[in-house]
Amino acid sequence: MRGAILSLVLILLTAPALAVEPKEMLDDPKLEQRARELSAEIRCLVCQNQSIDESNAGLAEDMRLLIRERIKAGDSNAEIKDYLTARYGDFVLLKPPMKPETYILWYAPAVLVVLGAFGVGVYFWRRRRGGASASDHLSAAEQQRLRKILEERDGAA
Amino acid sequence: MIVELGHFALVLALFTALIQAVLPMWGAQRRIPGFMALATPASVVQLALIAVAFLALMHAYVTSDFTVLNVVQNSHSLKPMLYKISGVWGNHEGSLVLWVLILALFGAIVAVFGRNLPPTLKARTLSVQALIAVGFLLFMLFTSNPFERVFPPPANGQDLNPLLQDPGLAFHPPMLYTGYVGFSIVFSFAVAALIEGRVDAAWARWVRPWTLLAWVFLTLGIALGSWWAYYELGWGGWWYWDPVENASFMPWLVGTALLHSAIVVEKRDALKTWTILLAILAFSLSLIGTFLVRSGVLTSVHAFATDPDRGVFILGLLIVAIGGSLLLYAWRAPTLKGGGLFAPISREGALVLNNLLLSAAAATVLIGTLYPLFLEALGGGKVSVGPPYFNATFIPLMLPMIAALGVGPLLAWKRADLKGALSRLKLAFVVTAVVFAVMGYLLWGRSIFGVLGMALAAWLATAVAIEFAERCGVGKRGGPATWLKRARGMPRAAWGMTLAHFGLAVCMVGMTGSALWQSEEIRVMRPGETAQVGGYSYTFEGAEQVEGPNYTATRGHFTVTSGGDLIANLDPERRRYVVSGRETTEAAIVTRPLGDLFAVIGEQQSGQAFTVRLYFKPVVSWIWSGALLMAIGGLFSLSDRRLRVGAPTRRGAPRGGVAQPSFGAARRED
Repeated sequence: MRGAILSLVLILLTAPALAVEPKEMLDDPKLEQRARELSAEIRCLVCQNQSIDESNAGLAEDMRLLIRERIKAGDSNAEIKDYLTARYGDFVLLKPPMKPETYILWYAPAVLVVLGAFGVGVYFWRRRRGGASASDHLSAAEQQRLRKILEERDGAA
Repeated sequence: MIVELGHFALVLALFTALIQAVLPMWGAQRRIPGFMALATPASVVQLALIAVAFLALMHAYVTSDFTVLNVVQNSHSLKPMLYKISGVWGNHEGSLVLWVLILALFGAIVAVFGRNLPPTLKARTLSVQALIAVGFLLFMLFTSNPFERVFPPPANGQDLNPLLQDPGLAFHPPMLYTGYVGFSIVFSFAVAALIEGRVDAAWARWVRPWTLLAWVFLTLGIALGSWWAYYELGWGGWWYWDPVENASFMPWLVGTALLHSAIVVEKRDALKTWTILLAILAFSLSLIGTFLVRSGVLTSVHAFATDPDRGVFILGLLIVAIGGSLLLYAWRAPTLKGGGLFAPISREGALVLNNLLLSAAAATVLIGTLYPLFLEALGGGKVSVGPPYFNATFIPLMLPMIAALGVGPLLAWKRADLKGALSRLKLAFVVTAVVFAVMGYLLWGRSIFGVLGMALAAWLATAVAIEFAERCGVGKRGGPATWLKRARGMPRAAWGMTLAHFGLAVCMVGMTGSALWQSEEIRVMRPGETAQVGGYSYTFEGAEQVEGPNYTATRGHFTVTSGGDLIANLDPERRRYVVSGRETTEAAIVTRPLGDLFAVIGEQQSGQAFTVRLYFKPVVSWIWSGALLMAIGGLFSLSDRRLRVGAPTRRGAPRGGVAQPSFGAARRED
């Protein structure tokens, strides 16, 4: 926990203010909503794993203002993201872009499920071919115990 | 003097652990009863020694002994007593002492109460447990000594991080660690079983209570941490997919899978090697979690490089523990004989699906957490993997699992009738369809995950209720009194499953609903002004300065009304801690069944005006209520007489092949 907490403290220390300030906000609630949603996907560069929407750092504030400026200028969300990655690199996007370096990251979950399902399939296939019945695995003593339990049950019923 | 005593006790504990790691294992290989029997007293002595060290450190904190570096760095004489005590584990060195204390505690419990364990299994398990202790004690003594003195002693301490001075966080680490370290016993049992070459239903019964216990604490620990983030960090988020959160979530996911696969081993004698692997992985992920948090590698690769001692040591420990146990697994697991057969459509099959998806989810979280590190280390540039990635990958893995979870408990062991099970769920289909339609109408084009989340939560809750009602014989002969009697007579494990699965449904409603319908108002307010948030009127009544024991605060007053009726008073604070000068926000929260009223006060603007953040967070408290239900379910399961009395002898334990159609039948076996 300490790492996260330390980083949070660092963030809180840099600028003891709340994340989005009223003075930053756009007048048009629709545009402001867009700005908020976009901000949640942009990383605060001086923080640890925080979006600029949540961060109190000065830089995050600058970036929030920048995004709102671009929105007012009529840029689309994609254009704003392009603008930010051109300046700060992919690091600024909390949702990493799909490209050769991140293929493993993005495809791994699906590949793992498929591989796992394949493994399960092989397991059933081999067991079916193995064809042994469950009682073959019991020792003589266990067979006897099984019989006893079943008899007890029948007696009780 | 007491401090040196504590330090010395740690050194003695190291030597005790060394003896406990070597001799009983040797004794078990060579069948020397004396050596094997040594494990029991050694475990107890080790616990006593580490307890002495822990209490010595606590004494230094309670008496504010500023000749101890650790106390200087993390305490202050003005700090309230609760946080002097919790300060012991609120830092790197102290938290490690707590870690090994819990490790030794679990070892000693197995030593003392595991009388009916086969002597070789017991000796080997305790020996592996001691081996883990050796690693961590060496780590502490060489790189993280909590008893280091400082000369000349300063007049006062530097105080504990104010964010940690909170009741929630005082108890969060002990819970989380009990969860993490609880998996150590399961790990030790697994490694011991690999060395023994025998895994059977009796083994699964010894292991299951430990898995349950660890899982319950981990669930509570994670929930507590998330709750703390919710009320303390000031913007009301409850999960950030932060690497540190992920570090505790991965063992939880694998532990949940283990909990379920161990049932299959116990009841059907199947999935043995897989269960052993999960046991190894659950603890390995706990170790990786400790490594991620403690080495500083997360903050940046550079922090790791500038102070490499700790990082390299833990990395070595990881390689030995995880690599060693996996090698042993690769070598020995193929010799374990598989047991009961089952068809793909069966209770076992459903549990395999559960395991598949939970493991894939855990792997996804692991990859997402470590990817930036690896990519940077390999010179591939810097990327961020944040919440949008995890939401896009994790949620799609969980949705089919929830869908299957509704059906699984209705399937019979060995071979099941899927059509029959689905037809018993008619009511659940109807409820789900209705919820789906209503949500689809409300959220058209807004959030597909929102619609699915709510519909699946309804599906799960109804399916759980149907399964429970069927088992009580609702609708059959006899009135409500008979049904109630049957419900009371049900094994605790069955209650546990119902509660935990229902808790998950509650949790899902909370997660989905709070994200979908939150209302927020960020603005500057003057005294007397009113803001409308989510159908409530929040009136700002003004703010004042107050003095706390070690902080000063600005405290705002809000009254919340709805339709003219006073609903709640909210008094959020903004604290400035005197020693460190750090500020924290103390949100004011009033929980109502359908949602939380949430207020935060910010900076003072001109005159008496303040920046404020006001929220209405619908059903958010359901998240933690659901988690609590899951943990209570775990405790119910843990108290099942099968596991209590059942601490079984090998001879007496039912083996695979004895068909047990449901939990209900298991009871008679005892």
